[in-house]
Amino acid sequence: MDYSDDDDYNYDSDEIMDGTQDDASSVSEMDEDEDFHIQPTKDKKKSYEIDFDCLEQTAIQDIIRADSEQIISIFNVDASTASLLLRHMGWNKERLIEKYMDNPAQVLEAAGIPSQQPAGPSQPAPIRSNPSTRQATSTVIRRSTRRSTADSKAPVAPLTPVGCLICCDENPASMTSLMCGHNFCSECWAEYLKGKIRDEGECSIKCMAEDCSVLVPDAFIKETCDAAVYSRFEELVLRHFVAHTKNLKYCPAPSCVYTVSCTSAPPSSLTTVVPTVVCKKGHAFCFGCPIEGDHRPLICAVAKLWLQKCHDDSETANWIKSNTKECTKCQSTIEKNGGCNHMTCRKCKHEFCWVCMGPWSEHGTAWYNCNRFDEKSSSEARDTQSKSRISLERYLHYYNRWANHEQSAKLSVELYAKTEKKMEEMQITSSLTWIEVQFARKAVEEVERCRTTLKWTYAMAYYLDRSNAKELFEDNQRDLEKAVEDLSELLETPIDPENIPMLRQKMTDKTVYVQKRNEIMLEDTANGYLEGRWSWNTPVEGIERDEEPASSSA
Amino acid sequence: MAAIAPRRLTKELKELTMGECPAGVQLLQSADFETWVLSLEVLGESLYKGEVFALRFRFEPQYPIASPEVTFIVDDKFKAPIHPHVYSNGHICASILGHEWSPVLGVASVCITLQSMLASCKKRERPPDNDRYVRTAPASPKKSRFHYDDDTV
Repeated sequence: MDYSDDDDYNYDSDEIMDGTQDDASSVSEMDEDEDFHIQPTKDKKKSYEIDFDCLEQTAIQDIIRADSEQIISIFNVDASTASLLLRHMGWNKERLIEKYMDNPAQVLEAAGIPSQQPAGPSQPAPIRSNPSTRQATSTVIRRSTRRSTADSKAPVAPLTPVGCLICCDENPASMTSLMCGHNFCSECWAEYLKGKIRDEGECSIKCMAEDCSVLVPDAFIKETCDAAVYSRFEELVLRHFVAHTKNLKYCPAPSCVYTVSCTSAPPSSLTTVVPTVVCKKGHAFCFGCPIEGDHRPLICAVAKLWLQKCHDDSETANWIKSNTKECTKCQSTIEKNGGCNHMTCRKCKHEFCWVCMGPWSEHGTAWYNCNRFDEKSSSEARDTQSKSRISLERYLHYYNRWANHEQSAKLSVELYAKTEKKMEEMQITSSLTWIEVQFARKAVEEVERCRTTLKWTYAMAYYLDRSNAKELFEDNQRDLEKAVEDLSELLETPIDPENIPMLRQKMTDKTVYVQKRNEIMLEDTANGYLEGRWSWNTPVEGIERDEEPASSSA
Repeated sequence: MAAIAPRRLTKELKELTMGECPAGVQLLQSADFETWVLSLEVLGESLYKGEVFALRFRFEPQYPIASPEVTFIVDDKFKAPIHPHVYSNGHICASILGHEWSPVLGVASVCITLQSMLASCKKRERPPDNDRYVRTAPASPKKSRFHYDDDTV
């Protein structure tokens, strides 16, 4: 398509990929010893990065206009008709042209654009007021103004006998209809369109008459509604366009207006690529799936599995862990909600002690009070119990770390505020200038970015098969985590005027190191995908498992 | 603009009381422009011969741009008809009360549509998902998302 402007493509994506770049370069200009500082390699694309472009709303409007103009010139129709046709075909211009050339009447009808003959039964042969629009298939708005009763008795009386059928105003200021000829007063039209556009977010709106499938053309909306409603309508058309165009995606951040264009992440690539994009406002999101955020290094399908699992299981699993035990014989989960320690499993009738988990028969008369914790049979019983808990424990291990990083990332707002205050302090207590205390802000940003990565590495580790590759993965994870926690700690240290130069040096160094670790983590996982190094312990959409020959017969 | 609903309802009320009420339909309550109650019976041969039902119409200020909320009354006096599109709590699954509503429709046309819906019914039964729906249904059927899957009855 003609909107990927290759000339400024690279420039744009570089700028987007690294929001800190402007600051970084200005810092290094002013301060020579800092040019090692956060200098992303501009020329070389990392293996975990993808090409994309961030578009303003106006750029999208230009694309829509260009498409529309092309249709107008080929079909010789007006702008409203072109717009309705394109929306009807889901903005697939090629298919529209093909179908239209085949059978224009059929396409027009299906798109809710009536042919020249109005549907009104008692309608006299229409005399079009504007003959010049006749050659073109046009969605002319028919308007009949009746201010005096004498007019309404004229021979060319409109379809409706008297007044507007909807509001029952017998003498409305003006009556209008679409090409179908169903006349209603302008006030009702305005109210109806407002409801559809504002409340229902609908951009393809049918005529108000029952069973009439004629769609309201754009020009009619513009003429009938106030500016606010019309601009909302234009926005809906824009969203409709973006939603129907595969290589475009709206930034999901609240009230963000940017659209990202990306052609390097087709669905088939999603098993090896995590297409994280960032809009001009700095909102990171995934181009390949609906997750509203950066989920690198975990691929979409597995990330979805994990979120689903967390959504379904976490609370339940936590509750089971803290409130229940399993019967040592049949492994049924049992909640003790009162009574003595003498348990009888409802399922297998096994009798055991809740405290030591050993069989009750060995308790003798020591009822209600278990002092046998170290006896052999009870410790054996506890072993079986713990085995059955391993899968639960395993999940919770990863979940708790995941949740911890998520929580910490959320707390970054607080951290930001704290850091800001610290930066102010530093400007007062030392001779450092504003630009020189930016190292603290950069550290906070880096911590947040890395926590997002760490968070997803735990979800990834949960689904990775045991292998040497996974061990190396966990080494990288551990190094990153250690570095991030060190940097976090540095951010919390109290400020002492004498310490400032040292703190600055330390924090700057650590930030660079953390950034490196994060890059290594992301780069290694991205390469792993391309090399097919990762194998999952669960079936993943789009990936065939090739372990047992029996199962891979397909 | 805000005056559309009362003006329109005044006219509908006038028509309903002036003898333009559809056969088998009777206005029981219309004291305000928020809630009306009408009785409804199916004339002629049908599975519901001799039964009288009551419909409650609730109008929002956006009526008739917005559809009215229409339910069968279920109380000591009236029961909801046993019909595949009518839930036991009185909610009705009919496309013209949902996405096929058109502002030119009104109280009388809704009554006629419902009459014909009952008249053409071949088998007295509740919707297949009646129990599940009634357990979790919102107070207003306008908040339910119905699937209009069958238009033969």
